[in-house]
Amino acid sequence: MQAKESNKNLKRYTIVTAMDNEAGVLSQLAHLFSRKGYNIETIAAGWTTDQNVTRFTIEIYSDDEKIKLLCNQLRKLVPIHYVEILDPSKSIRRELMLVRVKAADRASRNEIIQIGNIFRGSVIDITPDSITLSVTGDDQKTKAFEDLLKEFGIIELARTGIVAIERGEM
Amino acid sequence: MNTSRKLNGSEILIQCLIEQGVDTIFGYPGGAILNVYDKLYDHKEIKHILTAHEQGASHAADGYARSTGKVGVCFATSGPGSTNLTTGVATAYMDSSPVVFITCNVNSDLIGRDSFQEVDITGVTLPITKCSYTVSKVEKLADTVREAFLIAKSGRPGPVLIDIQKNATSDECEYYPMTPDEYFSSNENRISRLKKTHHPSIGYPDIDLSAIDELAELIDKSEKPLLICGGGVVRAKASQEFRTLATRIDSPVAITVMGGGAFPGDSPLKTGMIGMHGSQASNMACDSCDLLIAVGCRFSDRVTLNPAGFAKNAKIVHIDIDASEINKNVKSDLSIVGDAKKILNLLLAKLKRDKKNDLWKDYVFSFKRETEYDDRTDETLTPKEILSSAAEILPQDTIVTTDVGQHQMWAIQHFKFDYPGQLITSGGFGTMGFGLGAAIGAQVGNPEKTVLHVTGDGSFRMNCNELCTEEYYKLPIITLIFNNSTLGMVRQWQHLIYKERYSQTTLDRSPDFTKLAEAYGVHGRKVTNVEMLRNVLTEAVNARKNGDNVGWVIDCKIDMDEMVRPMVGGNSFISEFMLY
Repeated sequence: MQAKESNKNLKRYTIVTAMDNEAGVLSQLAHLFSRKGYNIETIAAGWTTDQNVTRFTIEIYSDDEKIKLLCNQLRKLVPIHYVEILDPSKSIRRELMLVRVKAADRASRNEIIQIGNIFRGSVIDITPDSITLSVTGDDQKTKAFEDLLKEFGIIELARTGIVAIERGEM
Repeated sequence: MNTSRKLNGSEILIQCLIEQGVDTIFGYPGGAILNVYDKLYDHKEIKHILTAHEQGASHAADGYARSTGKVGVCFATSGPGSTNLTTGVATAYMDSSPVVFITCNVNSDLIGRDSFQEVDITGVTLPITKCSYTVSKVEKLADTVREAFLIAKSGRPGPVLIDIQKNATSDECEYYPMTPDEYFSSNENRISRLKKTHHPSIGYPDIDLSAIDELAELIDKSEKPLLICGGGVVRAKASQEFRTLATRIDSPVAITVMGGGAFPGDSPLKTGMIGMHGSQASNMACDSCDLLIAVGCRFSDRVTLNPAGFAKNAKIVHIDIDASEINKNVKSDLSIVGDAKKILNLLLAKLKRDKKNDLWKDYVFSFKRETEYDDRTDETLTPKEILSSAAEILPQDTIVTTDVGQHQMWAIQHFKFDYPGQLITSGGFGTMGFGLGAAIGAQVGNPEKTVLHVTGDGSFRMNCNELCTEEYYKLPIITLIFNNSTLGMVRQWQHLIYKERYSQTTLDRSPDFTKLAEAYGVHGRKVTNVEMLRNVLTEAVNARKNGDNVGWVIDCKIDMDEMVRPMVGGNSFISEFMLY
């Protein structure tokens, strides 16, 4: 991923697609990305208003030409309803991060909770040795949160992957 | 409303095939597909061709589809039966041939337990089908079969696989008959969604009319046009429109391997094949044209070689049904996505005037459009002698199937194909062993025609077991083996690029092909000179006239060092011939 980011031609793209909610569609989707040489950076999926339709948000590194080709290839998959590339300036991207941090003494516990408050995170579990927090935001925010917690010692961390949606028309 | 009946899955499958007009199936039975074969026993109106191996059946269904324009159907059982199909599935996929492959799998309750002959064939074929389905419940079966046929033949055609779990072939449910038209117009299936969203798997996108105007403008300005006739012209049945366009704009026409048959082989506008073994006229025209219009061609690396310098002086116009082909291999200046027949008709109506490009044609045709192979006088035949004899003695409308290698290139360079479906060859996947199965499918689908199977000793050895199918079903296929005792095309590369280090390409080994043919019960002949060959071909033609429906295997001895010319090395520029 770092190698990719250092390549100036590559940009991060957010692809949104909807597929029939049936067995095997995820593997069809994932297979196409790997077949065309992409690594999926994040993927998040769930039903929409219609339980028969699953909506995926996928982020990958690509360039302006290759991404068009990829979208046209995706559109050929029979279970696909639509494929869109979201414009970052007109869309909202969020992921949920859960993180369990070492917190064996009162001082670190306080500090962790304060950091959590600044990030509008919430404490969801606390034990004598650790605190588990959740925070929601785009990848920059969750990354900043993660960096701040590193010094306390992160025991475990999980991300949902980005979900994204277009902003409403003004 | 049609009345329903309660039927088991196997009977529903067969009823659905009948709905689609299927009267011929190629296949091979086995444990998981037994229920289906048991029902087939009651349906003598469906002809089942039992091959020696599932791969042969897969190529036969493909050859049948390509030569008849119908959807081919192929059956196989689970596990090895289904994996044996995969080379055939990939071959059909790369050449956009509509075939429905139907496999059966173990019972639903045994799935995922590594049961005997269990394999996830739907997963295996994911990258080599337009769509692959798993059917675990009989209620889903009928609509899946209908959808599969529609998808296989619509848009850019291609293979589809349906894997039916055994319980779904024995369980019963209500079957409501439905014609393909009724199915297509129904709103209670997935097709209605695909229609609504103009899904490329079944639909033709709305053609961009402004692009048609723009193309008409480009044509009007062009003084050096070149048309490329690709496989899409064959699949879209657009050869008539393509011919009219070429004549009206007076443009030379280069033909890809897959485009063979879509443009008349004896037309004065034909430059010949284009690409790695393209004629000098084609490749030089491509290098200096000012407008290149490619119809139904995906600019494969065997056509474009180094894409950076491809048609470097030209505006490149790409007409294709598949939007994902645009700018994939070659960047185009103008692209029109849609059905070639419709696009060409729209374009013909917009042409400002008919053109004459005599200067340009004089230039293009100052280069050779056919390779001049040397005549030899020794005890071996030359490819040219073999093909000239075949062209002269066999009927003009003979269907030609090929395997892959030197003989394939020679045959395509030499024969003058007249109609779409006359040339059946594995262009994209390059499948050695394709030819005999394809010939069987072509002969079954076209019983009145002569089918010529051009092969090499390497390719023929791969699937020659299908001679038993040829014999059993009385298919008078004529097989011409270009026998050079080597893998000629690989040897040619070893000769030119690998300093004559002939690693593992010499085939100085059995069998004696004439004895093999006789063992299978077909005529076998060995020929070493033109006269012998001409006599055998005449004998074959006469035997057929006299009602002898036994096939022929003619083993033609050619020189080991004979090469396919011209040749441009991979990734070189198209005009940089390494052999002339």
